[in-house]
Amino acid sequence: MSTLPRPDGPPSPLRWRAAGLLPLVASAVALAVASPLVFVGVQAAQAGRDQAQRLLGRPLIATLLWNTATLALAVALATTVLGFGAAYLVERTDLPGRRWWTVALALPLAVPEFVRGYSWVSLTGSVRGYWGAVLVMTCSLYPLVFLPVAATLRRADTAAEEVSRSLGRGPFATLWRVTLPLTRPALAGGALLVSLYLLGEYGAFAMLRFTTFATAIFSQYKLGFDAASAALLTLVLVALALLLVGLEAMAGRRGRTARRATAGRRAAPVGLGRWTLPAQAALGTLVATALGVPVYALGYWLVRGSSTTLPQASMLTAALTTLGYAAMAALVATAAAVPVALYAWRRGSRLARAAESAAYITRALPGIAVALSIVYFAIRYAQPFYQQPPMLVAGYVVLYFPLALTAVRAALAQVPPGVEEVARSLGTRPAAVLARVTLPLVLPGLGAAAAMVALTASTELTATLLLRPTGTETLATQFWIYTSGLAYGAAAPYAALMVAMSVPPVLLLTRRTLGADSPEEAS
Amino acid sequence: MSGLVITGLRAAHGRTEILSGVDMTVADGALACVLGPSGCGKSTLLRVMAGFHPAADGEVALGARLLDDGRRRLPAERRRIGYVPQDGALFPHLTVAGNIGFGLPRGRRREKVAELLALVGLDGLGKRHPHQLSGGQQQRVALARALATEPELLLLDEPFAALDAALRTELRAEVAATLRRAGATAVLVTHDQEEALSFADTIAVMRDGRIAQQATPRQLYQEPADTGIARFLGEANLVPAALTADMAVTAFGSLPLTATTAGGDRHGPVLLRPRQLRLSPEPRPGAIRARVETCRFRGHDHRIELRPTVPDGLPDVLIVYSDAPWDAAEAYVEAQGPAHAMDEPGSGDRDRSRDHGMATF
Repeated sequence: MSTLPRPDGPPSPLRWRAAGLLPLVASAVALAVASPLVFVGVQAAQAGRDQAQRLLGRPLIATLLWNTATLALAVALATTVLGFGAAYLVERTDLPGRRWWTVALALPLAVPEFVRGYSWVSLTGSVRGYWGAVLVMTCSLYPLVFLPVAATLRRADTAAEEVSRSLGRGPFATLWRVTLPLTRPALAGGALLVSLYLLGEYGAFAMLRFTTFATAIFSQYKLGFDAASAALLTLVLVALALLLVGLEAMAGRRGRTARRATAGRRAAPVGLGRWTLPAQAALGTLVATALGVPVYALGYWLVRGSSTTLPQASMLTAALTTLGYAAMAALVATAAAVPVALYAWRRGSRLARAAESAAYITRALPGIAVALSIVYFAIRYAQPFYQQPPMLVAGYVVLYFPLALTAVRAALAQVPPGVEEVARSLGTRPAAVLARVTLPLVLPGLGAAAAMVALTASTELTATLLLRPTGTETLATQFWIYTSGLAYGAAAPYAALMVAMSVPPVLLLTRRTLGADSPEEAS
Repeated sequence: MSGLVITGLRAAHGRTEILSGVDMTVADGALACVLGPSGCGKSTLLRVMAGFHPAADGEVALGARLLDDGRRRLPAERRRIGYVPQDGALFPHLTVAGNIGFGLPRGRRREKVAELLALVGLDGLGKRHPHQLSGGQQQRVALARALATEPELLLLDEPFAALDAALRTELRAEVAATLRRAGATAVLVTHDQEEALSFADTIAVMRDGRIAQQATPRQLYQEPADTGIARFLGEANLVPAALTADMAVTAFGSLPLTATTAGGDRHGPVLLRPRQLRLSPEPRPGAIRARVETCRFRGHDHRIELRPTVPDGLPDVLIVYSDAPWDAAEAYVEAQGPAHAMDEPGSGDRDRSRDHGMATF
């Protein structure tokens, strides 16, 4: 649908102006959000060829690549197995209490990775290094596979599985040959998200003393003051991220036609029989490890109380600062997402799709890359803003723009198709249609989008450490200062508050991914 | 070799009883049709046969094998019953050949798949993926896939509902022919009476979780068990009559009955299909004078609604199908026997089916 039927008669100038404005704004926003890449490149070019060759030839790069690749492989594998297994149990079997399991299985997302690292490290010294990183990151990230797979299973037509049974394939053969292939796009997407998170994570790995690209870049920049090396490493990191996106696009291309269930009918769940207890035990172990340990650690340190020799900071100040920045970022990100989403929603033209996918690419950019690119931009072109509040807000906006875009698109999807055309046919001008019809319809969705961005940004650590104005502490950075000083007790309230703030967006995400309808409980 | 036998079958969704005592038999090699309005339980019946829904009570047996008696249940994969769901439900990740060969042992796939592709007229499309096929082609693949394992019974759940009218008629005839050629026993579920009448050897009309009548299409159309079934299978003129053993005395005069009725003289409705009524311009013996309300051309014939000038206990509107148009404002309607005497819908459910409106039942 790249060509639209021309209206008869001479086009009014107003119509043309209104039609031309939206693509312009949408493209500008998409460009602005995708631009960080350019600044990393510019900064890396400063290094010069010799330095670049020397740096990239160092064994450090090989170590980092090895660490990152082996970690990504192990965690992607573990999260895929756990995520699919849990989703299958919850969506396709007669496991008792499936609704509660769904929530409990998604909730570990509410514990930021660096808080999870803290909860293990503060309790036992043995969780560290490679296996510690695998454990902590698997616990943190398996919901990213679980949720999309569960959503696919819930929406997909169960008829294919029934047909497989009628063709003589038992429950296990059907699981392997029909259900698993059905979820392949969701599995690939989930594994991609997991790998991208792994590439960008700094806090947890720093705490677990495991070196990856993110920690190396951070120490080059913050401790070594070597901006050029940091930029070069960031480029490698970004290349890895884009490579992953490409791989996922290839894996997701085949069999993407999982059909939606047409009738409301769902197949009878697979009876677990004597496997009910082992299945419950397995899910129980998973939830206990992923959710129980952090909750226990936080409780333990909250009760033990402050154990610091560092000066006590005011938690209220940190909380207010955090909320202020997060709210500002949410406002800007949501407002910026509206034109892009609106443009893509109204017409599926190639330009609209390109603008949208350019915006989504930033999702692949590790937080540390975004933060550094903004630092470089400020140093070069916007000196007055360097280490000023707008820089941190800009960082959050770029980081969470894809999140806002997804939420705004979800809100737009609720608008019945054709209402804008109907309003136009009733003689309303385009701007008035937007103000009187479209925006009122999506307003609740915009609120949800903003809340989601605000709450997610409240627990951001990596970019905040790099971008915050001197002397400003958010909950995450204050927590970071305490844990770096081994003041686990003093850090606990900050961590607890961040976890509490993350619960609503996680519940919202779960609800939005799986849809409002919950699986019927077997009676 | 006694085919499919269902006796006293009950089934429920949660606490809601859907099937309340279904009795039905399908002979070996027959094409049967379960016909009923939506929500009558026909899909549930199909799913119980397939093994996707448990029976609460009663028996489902295929040949000498008991499939389900409410206690012991043969798993779906061991029933040797093929299943074609409403929209085909092809495996989206497999090619056409992969779909058809899904239930076959690896060694026999190549040869058998080619054979089945030929059977459903899709030679050379084995390498396509489902999303590259049209709706009709997808249904044919689904059929071939179900036939591949040579099931003892084939179940089709409204398989043509999603197709457009012309394709539906064509594919229906084709599928019926394919099934007859393959010698398969099949049960088709539908709410479309035309589909049922043209497809099946035997039709079971379902109402409120029970089989209201099972008979051949011709018998069902001409000699329905009650007025509800009569209306459901097509437009019906229900005319009050005084019945004797083999005659019905109506406003159209004395008409022979389709079957001799037992038990003395009584009153009751008789069925006259629109084709059994004829129009003439001048009065004749046994003809009723009526005002022409509408005359609509439908391509193959004309549908004429008439209102009798003297009510005389007749229905408000008589419906006549006629090859020629009727331009005059009035006509004389005469009836040609035999008339069919019926009961009112099943005594216990009478009130309920009235409430649901006569349009569907």
